[in-house]
Amino acid sequence: MKKKNLAALLMAGAMCLSLLAGCSGGDGGESNPPASDAGAQESAPAGNGNQGGQTTGTAGGTFKLGGIGPLTGENAIYGKAAMNGAQIAVDEINALGGPIQFELQAEDDQADPELGVNAYHKLLDDGAQIIVGSVTSGSGIAVSAETYKDRVFTLTPSGSSVDVISGKDNVFQVCFTDPNQGTGSADYIAENFSGAKVAVIYRNDDAYSQGIRDTFVAEAETKGMSIVYQGTFTKDTQTDFSVQLAGAQNAGADVLFLPIYYQPASVILAQAAAMSYAPTFFGVDGMDGILAMEGFDTSLAEGVMLLTPFSADAEDERTQGFVKKYNEFYGEIPNQFAADGYDAVYVIYEAIQAAGCTSDMSAADICEALVKAMTAISVDGLTGQGMTWQSTGEVSKAPMAVVIKDGVYVTP
Amino acid sequence: MKKLIQKIKGLKKTTKVDFATYLGVILAFVIVNLLRTGGLLNRSLTGMLVPICAYIVMAVSLNLTVGILGELSLGHAGFMSVGAFSGVIAAQGLQASIPSAPARLVIAILVGAVFAAAAGFIVGVPVLRLRGDYLAIVTLAFGEIIKDLINCLLVGYDSRGLHMAFNISGSLTINDLGLEPGGMAIIKGAQGATGTTAISTFTAGFVLIMITLVVVLNLVRSRAGRAIMALRDNRIAAESVGVNVTKYKLMAFVTSASLAGAAGALYGLNYSNLAASKFSFDTSILVLVYVVLGGLGNMWGSIIAAAVLYILPEALREFADYRMLVYAVVLILVMLATNNDQLKALAGRILPKRKGAADNG
Repeated sequence: MKKKNLAALLMAGAMCLSLLAGCSGGDGGESNPPASDAGAQESAPAGNGNQGGQTTGTAGGTFKLGGIGPLTGENAIYGKAAMNGAQIAVDEINALGGPIQFELQAEDDQADPELGVNAYHKLLDDGAQIIVGSVTSGSGIAVSAETYKDRVFTLTPSGSSVDVISGKDNVFQVCFTDPNQGTGSADYIAENFSGAKVAVIYRNDDAYSQGIRDTFVAEAETKGMSIVYQGTFTKDTQTDFSVQLAGAQNAGADVLFLPIYYQPASVILAQAAAMSYAPTFFGVDGMDGILAMEGFDTSLAEGVMLLTPFSADAEDERTQGFVKKYNEFYGEIPNQFAADGYDAVYVIYEAIQAAGCTSDMSAADICEALVKAMTAISVDGLTGQGMTWQSTGEVSKAPMAVVIKDGVYVTP
Repeated sequence: MKKLIQKIKGLKKTTKVDFATYLGVILAFVIVNLLRTGGLLNRSLTGMLVPICAYIVMAVSLNLTVGILGELSLGHAGFMSVGAFSGVIAAQGLQASIPSAPARLVIAILVGAVFAAAAGFIVGVPVLRLRGDYLAIVTLAFGEIIKDLINCLLVGYDSRGLHMAFNISGSLTINDLGLEPGGMAIIKGAQGATGTTAISTFTAGFVLIMITLVVVLNLVRSRAGRAIMALRDNRIAAESVGVNVTKYKLMAFVTSASLAGAAGALYGLNYSNLAASKFSFDTSILVLVYVVLGGLGNMWGSIIAAAVLYILPEALREFADYRMLVYAVVLILVMLATNNDQLKALAGRILPKRKGAADNG
């Protein structure tokens, strides 16, 4: 018996060692695509760039960006996409060979505020000067409170809650805020489906879902839309929606608004198809990613509409170049989060040029300079043309609705 | 000096272990503070100090239920949640009347402890009368119920005082509270407590650990503590000599719950955002892992296990995607190592004194 125990211990030890060896070997390959020459050839049109023109001479050095997002756990698809997108932008900018060079370090927060703050401290230890994150709102609120205290410039690619930016002058968003998504969706539905009966299914233990639903319902009321059914679910009950779907069907809803993430949405789509209930499904940016989901039959998503600022099959050269590169490195079609991450790096690039920062400045000095520059610049990105920022940190750009046809997004 | 040494030698072994535990915690606090003022502690560790303190208190308090009382509680995070949210409401609501942050923190921790104790009492009274694993089942359910209740809770504060609404229909929002323009939302249902002013400090965490240790260790070594342990070891025998089962079980359970509530308040006031979903079954199990790895009934073991196992996944960040895998392997290794007879014998030979301490740990 004793011997057996010792043998087990040894075996486990050997396993552990071999694992460590394996890690150190494969460590370099985690998510760094080689700074390819493809990037240089594409010549990466760096936004308008005109704002920064007058001060380009002074800005320079290698800036260290710290990325925070869920790289593991149930929301990993968002964090990974955003950080991969950011990495592509970093490689493009570095390949330009200009005075401004970037280095990106991504840390995992599993979409948890506690781990987000831990990741943030770790990044500062490692010398990060500017934070690109957090990818999710919950973690973003906690992290931005810390960055505000420490005066570190923060640009969140996709932390859409208002609480992420409210009261913090150093935090800016690339994505729409939740209220904007809610009102935007309500406006779009009121305009394009006049007289429709709308049902909402949302997750009431999730800040993102609840936030969008609240503003959607408020805007729907002012627009005089009829909301015939509202169903809720929680993290623990997101595997069965037969009750909510039956409720929506019995109420005669012909538009089903789903301000939720794509995993529960995929279950809803499958169950609705099984009970042959076919309303128009309308999602927001959380729905983005459903086509890349493993084991999901994309034919179920046929006809689903969603409000997203990015569509991978947009015709313009820049989007095409990004999609091609992303597909090459990571083997999938980028979603909106990847584009948000990509834009975030270019926005920082533009702002640094406009502010004339150098990398030997302290994080706090960079922060003050960038905060001033942010409200003055205008950036053309993948997720919007001529993005500008208010001093509150909110972005203004045009929302866009897409519909899924034959497994890709198309503009209706 | 000689007298003192004589006195220490004359103490009971358990008392020695207790004093060593206090001394260890104080030493750790002093060393960490010295390192911090010397600038030798990096930001990651500095940032982790408060959550570590909160988890240590959680582990010690759960150890009281699991190790000393011998009942399995799977919803300890539920009490933490009650403490955290009531503490946040207290701290945020008193912002105007008590400007001093440390004073507010103390009040918040007390409020958290009282509310969690009340919750523990409500859960404990019916359940602790039962035999078998019912406490585990009910605490499991309790954790989930608390999560759902807080998801329905809307709390705001303005010059007229505290406003609360219970969003059972799922259709209310924070705007339905009718706050005055200058009012502040404290808990926004599923979005949790956002915009909380973070006032927790490491010193407060240290004081809380010390209080927890004094309460728990004194309870365990007291007459009541012996009654509790007698119940754990043989309920029928204890009952036959006149030990009041419900009273002593409830005493341990409510103490444990209120300490968890205090830890929750400390934790909740360390982050500007706190959602009920954080205090899920996973968190309860995490704390249970600290307790089991530290040793059932072994308080200093819980302290070390909580601190080490909290830092471990953060220290493993270098491994990127593999870090949770490595973490799991380390857990298995620790479990195998601490239960290995040969290693124990080896440790016994190297540290002959330890054998006695380990027996009554």
